Amino acid sequence: MNTNIAVKDKPRKNALVLFIHKLGSPPWFYDFTGKFIPWLWLIFVGLAAWALYLGLVRGPADYLQGESVRIIYLHVPAAWASLLIYASMAVMAFIALVWRIRIVEILAMCSAPIGAAFTIVTLTAGSLWGRPTWGTYWVWDARLTSELVLLFLYLGVIGLYNAIDEPRKAARAACLLAIVGAVNLPIIHYSVKWWNTLHQGSSVSLLGGSSIDASILWPMLIMAFAVKFYYLANLLTRARVRLLEQDLRKGWVKDVVREQRP
Amino acid sequence: MSHLPFIWAAYSIGTVVLLWCAFAPLVRKKSAVRDIRRLIQLEEPARDTDT
Repeated sequence: MNTNIAVKDKPRKNALVLFIHKLGSPPWFYDFTGKFIPWLWLIFVGLAAWALYLGLVRGPADYLQGESVRIIYLHVPAAWASLLIYASMAVMAFIALVWRIRIVEILAMCSAPIGAAFTIVTLTAGSLWGRPTWGTYWVWDARLTSELVLLFLYLGVIGLYNAIDEPRKAARAACLLAIVGAVNLPIIHYSVKWWNTLHQGSSVSLLGGSSIDASILWPMLIMAFAVKFYYLANLLTRARVRLLEQDLRKGWVKDVVREQRP
Repeated sequence: MSHLPFIWAAYSIGTVVLLWCAFAPLVRKKSAVRDIRRLIQLEEPARDTDT
């Protein structure tokens, strides 16, 4: 008798599929992500400190912009993060609406305040860079206005999510708004090409290289890499807290709290 | 025009916003854990009297 036939016929799950299934379980997600968060913060702090040292201490002033160029080590990575976070929020919102995965819903909703924070940093740092460089804090040009619209979209998602008492209904409504709002992302990106703007065109391109000197480019790229770790660490921290709040009466949450020191 | 005040202002605002964004969930967690502890304290004596 060949017993291997039965073993072969049994459907086997791919390791990645199993991992995704596990991530859908709130206790497992809470426990698993808790191990990574301190490391993510540590990497962020290390990379950000390195980027700031290269940019603010070692880096030269720009021949045209002078010392104000140092603001771009904050402004550009924050601007890229504001777009990337919105894009990831919209993708997660789509997954949450189609497959109704609660943790993905939570992750999408927890992305909104972080994205809003980066958009505020982008707008304020850009405005403070604009005053010495352009001679004005603000102009209603396409890039600045579309970035401001992005902030309103983030605030809209946060407001809609908090306006409805039932968390899953609230998440579904806010996810829909997040998906609709994604139309603003190409507008922000291409605004400097489609319209005549005071804001300069892209200086860094994934395929076309960069027109920025390496002494300025590298601190900016390192900082852009660092903020991804900030986003991940902050997102997972927020998602874990949201899970505790939503599963308040469940056994696993009580076990987690019992294990913690009072 | 000195650019230094603009640089300081940009980094100060950025630091405050990102620190607030990082610490806000920790404050929320503290409050959630307090609520859950209260719930556990309310439920446990009730379970003891049931048995």
